[in-house]
Amino acid sequence: MLSEYEISALLLSLKVSGSAVLFSLPLAILVAWVLARYHFPGKALLDSLIHLPLVLPPVVIGYLLLISMGRQGVIGSRLYEWFGVSFSFSWQGAALAAAIVAFPLMVRAIRLSLQAVDIKLEQAARTLGASPLKVFFTITLPLTVPGLLAGTILAFARSLGEFGATITFVSNIPGETRTLPLAMFSFIETPGAEAEAARLCLISIVVALAALLISEGLTRMAQKRLAL
Amino acid sequence: MTLQITLEKQLGEINLDIDLNLQETGITALFGRSGAGKTSIINLIAGLEKPDAGKILIGDRVVFDAARNINLPPQKRQIGYVFQGSRLFPHYTVKGNLNYGRRHKDPESLNTIAELLGIEQLLHRYPAALSGGEQQRVAIGRALLSNPAMLLMDEPLASLDEPRKKELFPYIEQLAKEINIPIIYVSHSLDELLRLADQMVLIDQGRVIRHGEVADIWNSEAMLPWQPEQDISVILEACIREHSSRYSMSCLALGDRLSLWTPFIDAPVASRVRMRIHARDISLVRQPAEQSSIRNVIPVSVVDMTSTDNTSACLITLRAGQHILKSSISRWAAEELAIHPGEQLFAQIKGGSISRNDQVANLQPSNAFLIAR
Repeated sequence: MLSEYEISALLLSLKVSGSAVLFSLPLAILVAWVLARYHFPGKALLDSLIHLPLVLPPVVIGYLLLISMGRQGVIGSRLYEWFGVSFSFSWQGAALAAAIVAFPLMVRAIRLSLQAVDIKLEQAARTLGASPLKVFFTITLPLTVPGLLAGTILAFARSLGEFGATITFVSNIPGETRTLPLAMFSFIETPGAEAEAARLCLISIVVALAALLISEGLTRMAQKRLAL
Repeated sequence: MTLQITLEKQLGEINLDIDLNLQETGITALFGRSGAGKTSIINLIAGLEKPDAGKILIGDRVVFDAARNINLPPQKRQIGYVFQGSRLFPHYTVKGNLNYGRRHKDPESLNTIAELLGIEQLLHRYPAALSGGEQQRVAIGRALLSNPAMLLMDEPLASLDEPRKKELFPYIEQLAKEINIPIIYVSHSLDELLRLADQMVLIDQGRVIRHGEVADIWNSEAMLPWQPEQDISVILEACIREHSSRYSMSCLALGDRLSLWTPFIDAPVASRVRMRIHARDISLVRQPAEQSSIRNVIPVSVVDMTSTDNTSACLITLRAGQHILKSSISRWAAEELAIHPGEQLFAQIKGGSISRNDQVANLQPSNAFLIAR
């Protein structure tokens, strides 16, 4: 049904978006926690910095990644030198770009959900002998599940659609960085490949729709379970 | 188990300055207006807020000492806390909530507590599916099962409607009898004071005004602001001398030859009971009337009398043996009888006016309660 080319682009997209979401989730929870629970000087600045990818043109992010994280970049060269890790022109680089672009969406959703958790419940848990860590994992985090789900799916969907930062940072390499949007872009650029472009368009819609439906279902389940 | 608390804390307008030494097991009520600092006191004891200065000792355990920079976090204080709202965890079942604070999850103690609180049938439900009274019972059980050295209760009945309150009273009374730890109970309800408290601490503007036996404080001047002028009452604590099954009455021993007949109290002879007697139900005579319907005519001496010019009533404080009584009569009658402090009179108490709600049968040892029903 799907051509080998389409399957490769689809799987690559899922891999890139999946890794982007998976690796940024713990950091997003941490940042959301800090923003939801603490007041400190420079909080507004941190908040703005985290939201920056939401409002910057993706090509700017791609460019910044290129000069910082590329093989010749300030950070990228060190990473390669010390750990042999390289983001440039690889699917890991695509995942990094996607993660950065989707990060604010994830933080926002988790933060809102954290703010909704009643601190009184956490206090009650403390008086029952629970350490702050136990309180976080048994009370706060479970009560944040709807937000976690929403944030994760939103970020996943955003990652799937990532184009500008990706093509700027890691280029458009078949099998390595050519995700669905990039593949579609290539077909659109190629004369006479309108049908192929339309097929990829359809695949994109199906994947995005599936993600949203799954998210909706999971959120509903979580809310029912939490009796919210 | 003793509890020594010296605390200072600035709370907005109010400067909390508390020096308390509680020796008792049983229920000690922290009584006072809303905003007097009662809840803050127990939050400070629990470690949910930090005092500006002072020291808190539970037994010989220092949980807070500003001078030595000791401030144990709440989870290390071993203090159970029942909050005003139940604060049950919505994502745990009743059983999960009960188990949350337990280190040794033996089934016996869970079953014992569940039975004591009447929540055995609810173990597999989620909090959202419980009534307010049930939620509060689960919250009490959850606090108890964390094996605390003492229990704090912050107006646990305040969020409930009247029928739910009535439903919960017996459980809390039973609890105080069964568990051998001090309970500090924050309240501003006279009913809860009457029904539940063994000792009380009167708090106002962040200070301890009085601390002692409920009856002593209730009957003193200090409590007058809490009692509506038309409904001033005293608490009387005495032992049951005998029952009359024929007339369904019980007789209380107020002194060697002083007796008070009340509607039947369902408690054995010689057990201590507490009851509230309203001043409006006591009238005064110079000579006991012959052939009267009033069964209780008790010789008393006048201790004090107060009246305010703009009311018709005069409040007379009386002594009968060891007991204090108060009578509310009209100023007209007081003047005509020419009542003055120090003289001997007879108090007529209409036994039938002592309602069931005003009686609390208080079994020996003196801290244990059972409601007379």
